[in-house]
Amino acid sequence: MLKDITLGQYFPVDSVIHKLDPRFKIINTLLFIMMLFAGNHAVNLVIGAVFVILVQGLSKIPFQMGIKSIKPIFPVLVFTAILNLVFIDTGETLWSWKFLKITEGGLQTSAFMIGRIILLIIGSSMLTYTTSPILLTDAIESLLSPLKKVKFPVHEMAMMMSIALRFIPTLIEETDKIMAAQKARGAMLDNGKLLDRVKAMIPILIPLFVSAFRRAEELATAMECRCYQGGEGRTRLRELKATWKDYCSLTVCGLFLLLIMILNSIISY
Amino acid sequence: MAEHEMIRAEHLWFRYPTDTDAEQENDWILKDISLEIKKGSFTAILGHNGSGKSTLAKHMNAILIPEKGSLFVAGLNTRKEENLFAIRQKAGMVFQNPDNQIVASIVEEDVAFAPENLGVPPEEIRKRVDSALRSVKMYEYRNHAPSQLSGGQKQRVAIAGVIAMQPECIILDEPTAMLDPQGRQEVMETILKLNREQGITIILITHYMEEAALAERVVVVDDGRIILDDLPRKVFSQVEHMKALGLDVPQVTELAWELKKAGYAISPEILTEQECVVALEKLF
Repeated sequence: MLKDITLGQYFPVDSVIHKLDPRFKIINTLLFIMMLFAGNHAVNLVIGAVFVILVQGLSKIPFQMGIKSIKPIFPVLVFTAILNLVFIDTGETLWSWKFLKITEGGLQTSAFMIGRIILLIIGSSMLTYTTSPILLTDAIESLLSPLKKVKFPVHEMAMMMSIALRFIPTLIEETDKIMAAQKARGAMLDNGKLLDRVKAMIPILIPLFVSAFRRAEELATAMECRCYQGGEGRTRLRELKATWKDYCSLTVCGLFLLLIMILNSIISY
Repeated sequence: MAEHEMIRAEHLWFRYPTDTDAEQENDWILKDISLEIKKGSFTAILGHNGSGKSTLAKHMNAILIPEKGSLFVAGLNTRKEENLFAIRQKAGMVFQNPDNQIVASIVEEDVAFAPENLGVPPEEIRKRVDSALRSVKMYEYRNHAPSQLSGGQKQRVAIAGVIAMQPECIILDEPTAMLDPQGRQEVMETILKLNREQGITIILITHYMEEAALAERVVVVDDGRIILDDLPRKVFSQVEHMKALGLDVPQVTELAWELKKAGYAISPEILTEQECVVALEKLF
């Protein structure tokens, strides 16, 4: 049952977006977030939506996948909507009951916020849908590499992330085995009160931790045996190389942002 | 030191550091080990659990340093810090559990790990990775995740990861202990092929007699000492001695030995089923 967990949400298909340099994809995602937050007008949402649809189309990711990414944040959406509806008190009053009051301004703001969050999630999940976790790690390492100058352990962080990714399936398998072993000894994992269930996790977690430490030790030895000596002087099999397509994507995102900023300043006049 | 020597141990003593000062003879894991291994040879090191065979293996690529005596890998003393990476590059090590030695989440990235660490240029890494994966017959799986592979396949990937360093010697510490019979066979075939076709020195630590029988030389370690060191057929024909050490012999050897004990004219120096068939035919 635990095996069904999908790792990250990488959706491997062959598309232009998939082939872009992951570093550029991260920067473009940041630009996209800026687009949404550049102003408080509906025009931001319209252009943002156009951008998301464009990327979605190019990436060949099925539309339902985008919708699926919103599901987990549904409670957040409802919460934001209610908060904005109740607490913003501008414009005409549309409806009131005792101390509760819904105004036109509140309605507008909450609609705007919902739209912004939905676009934000769909847009940024395009990054994780089209980029494998390994490439994402590489890109983060490369983008953060200037921080090495201030002694920030960028390479070590990236190595830790990629090893963690590598060991997730292994540890899941191990958890399954331990659960089966404990059940065979009469452990009740699936029923009882909340407190009992939490307690029942202890005989699973402890062997899991012990074995994880043992694995870590063995892995460290194996890495040393293969001449691992930190990030210094290390080369890579797959080097990240920017092509004209990457610069194009950056330019397009930049232009979108510029357009939004110009439109916003025209409207506010 | 001779050109054709891969590994030479000279009166090697080792014990794990303990908190207590009491010096006891029993603390020593390895006692006065002297051993020479030739380049291009295939040596099996046998011994039961706790005999010190894994500890000896760990000395051969400088994970452990002898307390007394010394060990040389291709003429380099493991005691010298500056030799460390040269030694590890020359003598690669494969461990028992394939899951705990695969670093990356894609097969070819993992094979590339060692050359990446050595600072090999990317085009050269690509060549080495491809040829290493071909020589363990895992090239088709280069883009798979390790978790999608069987135990034998994972262990072959681990071997490829070592080959990509272009070592002169590979030390395998019970590489088949966690595998099913098919995986075990895959790994053994790979090891033999590397030894015969690429001339890589193989040191195989094992407690499977059938695997040790494939080697050119068998070294038996018991209680930290080298007890026997000879051709496999000479070692295994000493059936009583092996049993006294808590070790088995290949089934066919045991059969011949039992027949000989029962008064038949058969030599117990038999290692393969084929040899056994021939010898039995001669009998009747």
